[in-house]
Amino acid sequence: MNRLKLPGLLAALLFTASAGHAQQVKVLKLPELQKRLAKPSDTTYVVNFWATWCAPCIKELPYFEQANAAYAGKKVKVLLVSMDYVSQLDKKVKPFVLKRGLKSEVLLLNETDPNSWIDKVEPKWSGSIPFTLMVNNSRQKRAVFEREFTQAELTSELQKFMK
Amino acid sequence: MKKLLPFLASLLLLAVLSSYTRPLAGYQIGDKAADFKLKNVDGKMVSLAGNKAAKGYIVVFTCNTCPYAKAYEQRIMDLHTKYAAQGYPVVAINPNDPAVAPGDAFAEMQKRAKDKKYAFPYLQDETQEVARQFGATRTPHLYVLTRQGSGFVVSYIGAIDDNSEDAKLVKTKYLENAMTEIMAGKPASVNSTKAVGCTIKWKKA
Repeated sequence: MNRLKLPGLLAALLFTASAGHAQQVKVLKLPELQKRLAKPSDTTYVVNFWATWCAPCIKELPYFEQANAAYAGKKVKVLLVSMDYVSQLDKKVKPFVLKRGLKSEVLLLNETDPNSWIDKVEPKWSGSIPFTLMVNNSRQKRAVFEREFTQAELTSELQKFMK
Repeated sequence: MKKLLPFLASLLLLAVLSSYTRPLAGYQIGDKAADFKLKNVDGKMVSLAGNKAAKGYIVVFTCNTCPYAKAYEQRIMDLHTKYAAQGYPVVAINPNDPAVAPGDAFAEMQKRAKDKKYAFPYLQDETQEVARQFGATRTPHLYVLTRQGSGFVVSYIGAIDDNSEDAKLVKTKYLENAMTEIMAGKPASVNSTKAVGCTIKWKKA
């Protein structure tokens, strides 16, 4: 009886653990995001601002996932920053991340007044999403894209940035 | 002087050429807004010059499909109620390509305007030329125009307020603050603000 129970329990535990991991969406305020993007490291951050309600964003998410996988272990970090309201975290964002099985790190920026923070992220950004930022601080490189990517465009822009 | 002339001429040519090849950055504060003629949901053409009584306009690039535009729809209707009576009616313009966003097709716009009883024009920017000229990038994206001489100048660009999710939690009404100053004949002290919004659905090249 005990023998039978244990593997089942283990499997259940493992399942909860992995499901819990996939579901992780860190909620943060702007200063924390700024601090992360200002680290003087040789990591290239690919920061995509998206939302579960934004159709073109959802369309290009797989391309960022693909880049995340392709550059794994190569000092490239994909951050998917959700613009969803924090009130939608459990209702919309977490289920979405789980359903899509997103592997890239997902953050939710919990700020209400875009006029007070958009310029601090990037003055050239007018506020429409999707918006993507590529940053490498030790190489002092920065590129901004206020538009939707095709997979080929993202690949070539990232290659160009990494050169 | 003879040698200088061709040089100057080529400089001038270069300046003219580069001004043509430069992508349109859109209107800045103080720029004169060119008039346009767009089809309203009632089938009639609407232009800025058409309303002789208007002291100005609150031009809103918006649409049927964007959740942010929907979140602000009631507030846009309220702006019209408040400011049309004071000479600044709302003019809503839908710049989205219906081929990309079928919910923004002209028939859908007509339906939306009727269901919600829009008291202002809701125009279709079929060629997207007006959105490009203004420099609109997202929905909703607002421009306050004020009459100056025979035309209109841009007096405010940006957001309605600081909380898209809940009108009750708004702390700063950016557009209304600007309107108060503009209607008092003063330049708006905060004349440009930013907001998160849906990217305009441009026609695929």
